[in-house]
Amino acid sequence: MTSTSTMLSLASAPPTASLSVHENLKGRLKLGGGSLSFNKERANPFINTKSFSRISMVAAVKVSRFEGVTMAPPDPILGVSEAFKADNDKKKLNLGVGAYRTEELQPYVLNVVKKAENLMVERGENKEYLPIEGLAAFNKATAELLFGASNPVIKEQRVATVQGLSGTGSLRLAAALIERYFPGAKVLISSPTWGNHKNIFNDARVPWSEYRYYDPKTVGLDFDGMIADIKAAPEGSFVLLHGCAHNPTGIDPTPEQWEKIADVIQEKNHIPFFDVAYQGFASGSLDADAGSVRLFAARGMELLVAQSYSKNLGLYAERIGAINVVCTSADAAARVKSQLKRLARPMYSNPPIHGAKIVANVVGDPTLFNEWKAEMEMMAGRIKNVRQKLYDSLTAKDKSGKDWSFILKQIGMFSFTGLNKAQSDNMTNKWHVYMTKDGRISLAGLSLAKCEYLADAIIDSFHNVS
Amino acid sequence: MRQQFTSLEAHGFESPTTESAFSSSSSISSSSSASDRRLKALARHFVDSSPVPAAVMDSHSQNPNDTVSPSPTSSAFHADSVFAHLVRAPEDPILGVTVAYNKDPSPIKLNLGVGAYRTEEGKPLVLNVVRQAEQQLVNDRSRVKEYLPIVGLAEYNKLSAKLILGADSPAIQENRVTTVQCLSGTGSLRVGGEFLARHYHQLTIYIPLPTWGNHPKIFTLAGLSVKTYRYYDPATRGLDFQGLLEDLGSAPSGAIVLLHACAHNPTGVDPTIQQWEQIRQLMRSKALLPFFDSAYQGFASGSLDADAQPVRMFVGDGGECLVAQSYAKNMGLYGERVGALSIVCKSADVASRVESQLKLVIRPMYSSPPIHGASIVAAILKDRNLYTEWTIELKAMADRIISMRQQLFDALRARGTPGDWSHIIKQIGMFTFTGLNSEQVAFMTREYHIYMTSDGRISMAGLSSRTVPHLADAIHAAVTSFA
Repeated sequence: MTSTSTMLSLASAPPTASLSVHENLKGRLKLGGGSLSFNKERANPFINTKSFSRISMVAAVKVSRFEGVTMAPPDPILGVSEAFKADNDKKKLNLGVGAYRTEELQPYVLNVVKKAENLMVERGENKEYLPIEGLAAFNKATAELLFGASNPVIKEQRVATVQGLSGTGSLRLAAALIERYFPGAKVLISSPTWGNHKNIFNDARVPWSEYRYYDPKTVGLDFDGMIADIKAAPEGSFVLLHGCAHNPTGIDPTPEQWEKIADVIQEKNHIPFFDVAYQGFASGSLDADAGSVRLFAARGMELLVAQSYSKNLGLYAERIGAINVVCTSADAAARVKSQLKRLARPMYSNPPIHGAKIVANVVGDPTLFNEWKAEMEMMAGRIKNVRQKLYDSLTAKDKSGKDWSFILKQIGMFSFTGLNKAQSDNMTNKWHVYMTKDGRISLAGLSLAKCEYLADAIIDSFHNVS
Repeated sequence: MRQQFTSLEAHGFESPTTESAFSSSSSISSSSSASDRRLKALARHFVDSSPVPAAVMDSHSQNPNDTVSPSPTSSAFHADSVFAHLVRAPEDPILGVTVAYNKDPSPIKLNLGVGAYRTEEGKPLVLNVVRQAEQQLVNDRSRVKEYLPIVGLAEYNKLSAKLILGADSPAIQENRVTTVQCLSGTGSLRVGGEFLARHYHQLTIYIPLPTWGNHPKIFTLAGLSVKTYRYYDPATRGLDFQGLLEDLGSAPSGAIVLLHACAHNPTGVDPTIQQWEQIRQLMRSKALLPFFDSAYQGFASGSLDADAQPVRMFVGDGGECLVAQSYAKNMGLYGERVGALSIVCKSADVASRVESQLKLVIRPMYSSPPIHGASIVAAILKDRNLYTEWTIELKAMADRIISMRQQLFDALRARGTPGDWSHIIKQIGMFTFTGLNSEQVAFMTREYHIYMTSDGRISMAGLSSRTVPHLADAIHAAVTSFA
């Protein structure tokens, strides 16, 4: 038998023919519930059988230590843009990644950002290391933006704010904190949620499970399911909530529903964990979009908020955000901050300065701040207009009587169309419309001019593909 | 129904409700700390039997039939925090030096802690080429701030690989190198460590003794087990080469070995080229995997090529290795967090697969790297004039440090300070391992307001001609006061 003979030759292979083992760690860590044990004993001297014959053949010619490393699949969200770039069709439309586009479908650098950068270059500031927790002026501005400058949590210094690498990096720091100080605690995430949430908690070795969120029947919120699942989770779980403009569905709880969510979280001594990536981008108002976070804070609850300036200040590539932890005392906040720093230091030492300075300059200057608010309203307004036009096009063209009003009810950059994977593929393959396989489209990438075309594509995919 | 939760009492938890009954439908986890935490949290929320001042009660409605009610909302209630069990972490030992320095009101204080370059005037320096590059970027109206790919700025990655491996490196020409932009040296080391912990078969990394304080933490959190190899010899204040060879020689086959490419931090002691060759042969014979930390290319000797020699020797023999690069010091881009991880593989196919897996490490950590610093580096590296200017500015920084070494050595000699201080001029790079012990260091801080890490490491970059005499006086006093 071939495998036996190659196994024998393997045993006599010279020590230089080192073998590598590939194990899909992600596959092993992805648990629906229960506790995780991180097992370091991964060293397995025997690799998978497929490579055996190849190993014995090349044993004399040194094999790569990484021979067994498999090709990873492309990122489901970021991979969409790559596929879009490769498409030469003139009608192509990129509704994949959540990055704002103008009506001309061009990327947009906010005027306030350009002004801030010019100021920074004129001043000729230095590029010294930031403290591990980031730029103090940035942290202050961010906490005040989230909670309101006169909020008791700010006045009483009960918020630990640490600059992080946008939303992702801030979530990762928080996950690392949970893993270290709340061993065995679970994070409850919505079904569905942003695709990278699970990866973050998996890599941080924090167990997670899902709570019901999206109801395909109503294309709305499964509120009863959400409450029931949060209630059923073990006491002291972390509940990941999208502060506004839920990604990918665009479906947000109403204020009354938020109150009930807060009730059940308090009842079960869960810890709310907000992901705020769209403050100001959902409704156009920074304060309105922070409503859910402020509601929870007003109840005296301790909570976490991972926050990003990627979208609302268009600072995507600068990687600027923060993790905020609201505690019951200033002392607890100071201790939490010190431990967050301890987790950041072996990850990247201290955060990048450029984006932080832009934010500090914009938010800290009343003129620029007001200008920012106006630009934000403009961006959010464009998306609302596009929603309206898309809805109008769909209802005009679709004779089936299907209710497309969810397009208007959903909020933020994304719309969950309800299209399934096959239908989403049809959107791409037949219509050159690029979107994620879960049926999510980014309205930020849609222009008024393209609404009719998109409506045709959606109607075709929905009715003619199953 | 009354239920006694003995774990509460066992942990001495004081609660106004200790004698009260409460039922819970939650399952108590087998981990006692988690259950303690949950019970503590539960207990503080149980307000049935404890009198609560009316002023404290929140106006939101409560179901009177609940056995467990939400806690009052006012902070005056002094509810226990779920973070109560977190203690205050100590300041990072290296960065903590600057914190202490900043607090000191003395006009003669000197910061020789963190490795950040200072001018002769004691000021931070932004290189001219960096200012020029930044101005270019700001003036370019076509620039946008769209997400970089997960692996970072492509042009920057290519240029970085060429910088460290050499523009004519066969490994690059054969497409055997994958380079990903990372958050300076730290980020590159962490991403490399995480990758190895998932995909490599030997999960032990050997680090030199001593090494940069953050190294063991980075690799431990990445999932590797950390061991040390002998490096510094306090008797000679030089390299313990025999010890190094013995320890690497007895490492298990395939183990990962962290090597400082040049200007070892904290000692400033580098192997000679001949010693590097011996190290290379030993490592290759035992299939040890080299992981270079290159944080000072060009900064050590003043020559980018000379400082890259050890790395290029290893790559030149056709073998595999990892290299973490940083532009913090050599381009003065500290706060921009610019670095790169290169993995040199046996084949282009392997390199491509490795790159795909590196993306899976990066995406859940921070999605994609920051654009600003990498854009500055790319602008400088690809422009012939800016590149040349950079090499000149870089050499000037390296030369100033070499001159500080000479001045300090001469000053100690002039004072007749006991001991052999030649290691100051033999060591290379930003740091000098003085050989001073923690008692002497504490004395110098107390009496002379000189701030340095307690291991006796001083940053030469923080010295100037003006301050050398003060430091020499302090060392002299410390050495003569404490044997």
